[in-house]
Amino acid sequence: MSDLGHQNDLAFGRGFTVRIITIGGLFFLYIPIIILIIFSFNASRFSSQWGGFSLKWYVTMIQDGALWSAIRNTLIIAISNAVLSTILGTLAALALSRHRYRFSGLYHKVLHMPIIIPDIVQAVSLLMLFVFFNFTLGLVSVILAHASFSISFVALVVMARLAGFDNRLEEAAMDLGANRWQVFQKVILPNIFPGILAGALLAFTLSIDDFVITFFTTGVGSTTLPLKIYSMIKFGITPEINAISTLLVVFSIAAVSAIHFFEKNPKTGGKAHVKNIT
Amino acid sequence: MRIRESQALILPPFFFLVIFFILPVIIILVLSLTHNKDLTAGITLENYTRIFDPLYLQVLIRSVVYAGLATLFALLIGFPLAYFISFANSRLKMMFMFLVLVPFWTNFLVRIFAWLTILGRQGLINSFLLWTGIIQDPLQLLHTPGAVILGLIYGELPFMVLPLIAALDRMDVSLLEAATDLGASRFQAFQRIALPLSIPGVIAGSIFVFIPALGSFVVPDILGGSDSFMVGNTIKNQFMTVRDWSFGSSLSMMLMLAVLFGVSAYLKKGSGDLNMGEYL
Repeated sequence: MSDLGHQNDLAFGRGFTVRIITIGGLFFLYIPIIILIIFSFNASRFSSQWGGFSLKWYVTMIQDGALWSAIRNTLIIAISNAVLSTILGTLAALALSRHRYRFSGLYHKVLHMPIIIPDIVQAVSLLMLFVFFNFTLGLVSVILAHASFSISFVALVVMARLAGFDNRLEEAAMDLGANRWQVFQKVILPNIFPGILAGALLAFTLSIDDFVITFFTTGVGSTTLPLKIYSMIKFGITPEINAISTLLVVFSIAAVSAIHFFEKNPKTGGKAHVKNIT
Repeated sequence: MRIRESQALILPPFFFLVIFFILPVIIILVLSLTHNKDLTAGITLENYTRIFDPLYLQVLIRSVVYAGLATLFALLIGFPLAYFISFANSRLKMMFMFLVLVPFWTNFLVRIFAWLTILGRQGLINSFLLWTGIIQDPLQLLHTPGAVILGLIYGELPFMVLPLIAALDRMDVSLLEAATDLGASRFQAFQRIALPLSIPGVIAGSIFVFIPALGSFVVPDILGGSDSFMVGNTIKNQFMTVRDWSFGSSLSMMLMLAVLFGVSAYLKKGSGDLNMGEYL
């Protein structure tokens, strides 16, 4: 990203209003998160009073068997979804970037739709699909439901990566005697691999985060972490949620760091875009 | 027979999408045209005319207004934030990008839940105001329209900032330098050059905020009350409580068509593509 940044001596974006709103905006984003973290260490049950530092809500959390089974379900779903949608999404990205089809435009539209359509609509329509075909609601239905929207996200991330791919590399490899599989394995795959990893991580996180689609497509006994949090919120707030939330924030910080690590330059797609414009 | 590479690549993902994305939509389309999910009773439009019942129309209008306000405020906060980040030096920029991305990747439910602690009757704001003696009785902050709109802005703000940063980063900074060399003030350069060039980002960001806000179910469910429920709550109730799948389906179809119509109008204008992949 930094290579596209504007480093200027003219002090653009340094005005008083811009600075104030930037600082204010970041406070707005972080104050609720910071409050969650602070109160996860509060000995008192009530958020209105500080009862001293305590780790008891973390202890409650660790001893909560239902929570662990929710975490286990969430991970099973997230990993399965990441595998399934990374494979299918990468295939779609390769197909649409490398080949022209009679209905290429239509394929692109279909691929974008799950991203655009509100999740509540997808949730109820998937529920109706499963009901209509008498498909038992449980882990498998949730995985299939998650993949139905994750594929698109993976495909777009990989496509952004492929847009920066120099086709001459492939031609050069062919000229040097590589067959198609070797070209894929030795030239294309290493080039798009960061994109595939980023896509897999995105699918994994989308799964862990999803509440609405899981809420409608899961069955008895396959509660996930967000569903568990939701029912805890609904049945009376306990500070245990603060402890769980804190761990989820820590997880997302780790995820963002991991993506920076995998993809040193997350803006490859943007760079390709610049090339197209200029 | 050898299968061609192009077919081998395209068939698995699109076969999957046909079954798990297109077919479900067709099912709710069919359901929405039936009389209380009775497939044998012929086609009816009653589920669509029912949407215009003042009771439901009010909820629809409210959803559009809340989503519109959330988009507007997200833009007012998000634009200066993106502008600052885009022009920051690379170290500062890395840090600020990180600060914007962490909430983006943090569980949505958790982030909305955080506001319960702040806005509740015994929440931080009320405790503080009672302690200072400004108020004698706790204020009703939660379960109000304001709480829902605040939650929508908070939840969707990162989706506004990231496309804006991408659009501003694409801008050729020498245009701004040229303008100032020719005597424009910093504000004039912003107004005449940076602002028009950022319009694709403004539109993309607005779409990414408006659409999820319009169909939101979690935010009004947790922060709202019966007078601030949105169309997402109505759809959920039709499917889970009332069990009128046909009416729930017609509401879902309406929501989906409204969204698709809006997005395709934007795509026709040719002001850019909606490649979310770039921003992640």
